Amino acid sequence: MSQEDVLAGLASIVNEVAGIPAESVQMEKSFVDDLDVDSLSMVEVVMLCEERFGVTIPDSEVKNLNTVADAVNYITAHKQ
Amino acid sequence: MSRTVVVTGLGATTPLGGDVASTWAALLAGKSGAVLLTDEVFAELPARIAAPVMVDPSEILEAHQIRKMDRSQQLALIAAREAWADAGSPEVDQERLGVAVATGVGGAVSLMEQYEILRTKGPSRVSPMTVPMLMPNGPAAVLGLEFGAMAGVHTPVSACASGAEAIGYGAEMIRTGRADIVVCGGTEGCIHPLTLAAFGAMRALSTRHDDPASASRPFDVNRDGFVMSEGAGIVVLESEEHAAARGAKVYGIYGGQGLAADAHHIAQPEPEGRGVMLAMNRAFADSDLTPSDIVHINAHATSTPAGDVAEAKAIRKVFGAHADHASVTAVKGATGHLLGGAGSLAAIATILALHDRVAPPIANLTDIDPEVDIDVIVKEPRKLPAGDIAGMSNSFGFGGHDVVLTFKSN
Repeated sequence: MSQEDVLAGLASIVNEVAGIPAESVQMEKSFVDDLDVDSLSMVEVVMLCEERFGVTIPDSEVKNLNTVADAVNYITAHKQ
Repeated sequence: MSRTVVVTGLGATTPLGGDVASTWAALLAGKSGAVLLTDEVFAELPARIAAPVMVDPSEILEAHQIRKMDRSQQLALIAAREAWADAGSPEVDQERLGVAVATGVGGAVSLMEQYEILRTKGPSRVSPMTVPMLMPNGPAAVLGLEFGAMAGVHTPVSACASGAEAIGYGAEMIRTGRADIVVCGGTEGCIHPLTLAAFGAMRALSTRHDDPASASRPFDVNRDGFVMSEGAGIVVLESEEHAAARGAKVYGIYGGQGLAADAHHIAQPEPEGRGVMLAMNRAFADSDLTPSDIVHINAHATSTPAGDVAEAKAIRKVFGAHADHASVTAVKGATGHLLGGAGSLAAIATILALHDRVAPPIANLTDIDPEVDIDVIVKEPRKLPAGDIAGMSNSFGFGGHDVVLTFKSN
């Protein structure tokens, strides 16, 4: 799965959870500041990412996922 | 300080329609929203009739909103947006804006769904929105956020009287000067095999499976229980001066409330109606009204054998000969029982009856129970008199809660 595929999958999850248009979910965007994804929505985003990409994202890592790129890179590096 | 409170906005989503206008038209036409539940999950239940909302929230709200809110919250939000727009989307200091919105059972269905996820997928898959979805104050909190209410967000809980108690609470916020506008009412969205099984286990539900549309028949001699339904009714209450200052349309005047409790049984009505009578008399006192002022009563009457007769007897005892000129309707024949939303929907029907000078008939009432000695409205809508008139709306709940509201024409 390419980085582009992960981005597309993440964008669709963010849309599902927070109603943000998928096309707004771009690599440089911050979840909190740009996409208005609050901490509870972020938990849901992480849950759905774990299911969709077969990764485990521990809580200690979630706080480092500030931008979409952070998440895409983490998932790309850790997916099975 | 006791300020006059007026009604400036109405909103509803019910088994009869997705808004107030369609619901009111169907009530006047005596239509029923009850259906037989044919899904397999209901197959083994002793009582399988319910009245779902006519317009599902998924047709109105976006998917991400649906996944964050319990159904009771979704329905409340839809009705509240209608009520707020109907009130003219008023400009108001947010520190003077309140919410008092109730539910009978809260997010019971969300709780069960998340328990199923816990059981099948484990704790890591339980939604972080579980608590906001299941908490009974959730609907009020959602509306508080929607409108930016900072005067206070409240949730009185009294089973099937909750929606009425919330309106009384909201009115007191305005009367006592805590708020200028309060969005208030009740909501419920808990049609589920467990809730139906549970009410069924109490023998509270109608089992008229061969004719579900006529299963809810308040005051009819052949009634056999209530029909569980869902929906929300929301009213915007406002201080008279605030409404006048902005030139708001006014539906009617809030009269007052009477609160009491049966102190009799956890679920059965007290057969002499002592608590009900106490609540009605207290409502008169709080409203500065007497039985002779009341031209119309919206009865709680849920279509249960014991409850309807106890209420009718209490009305006759309190009103005496004046009951002969107080026409009585019961909207649950048409809507089924909205539980936490019932009291506010009944209030809306009462307000509209006084405003439009016409009261809806009791759907499905064909053979009046001989023990019912009050002026029930049968088949056709009833015209209400001109001039200054007042109406009463009764709501009672499991636990012995008695809540009576009155409204006056403006």
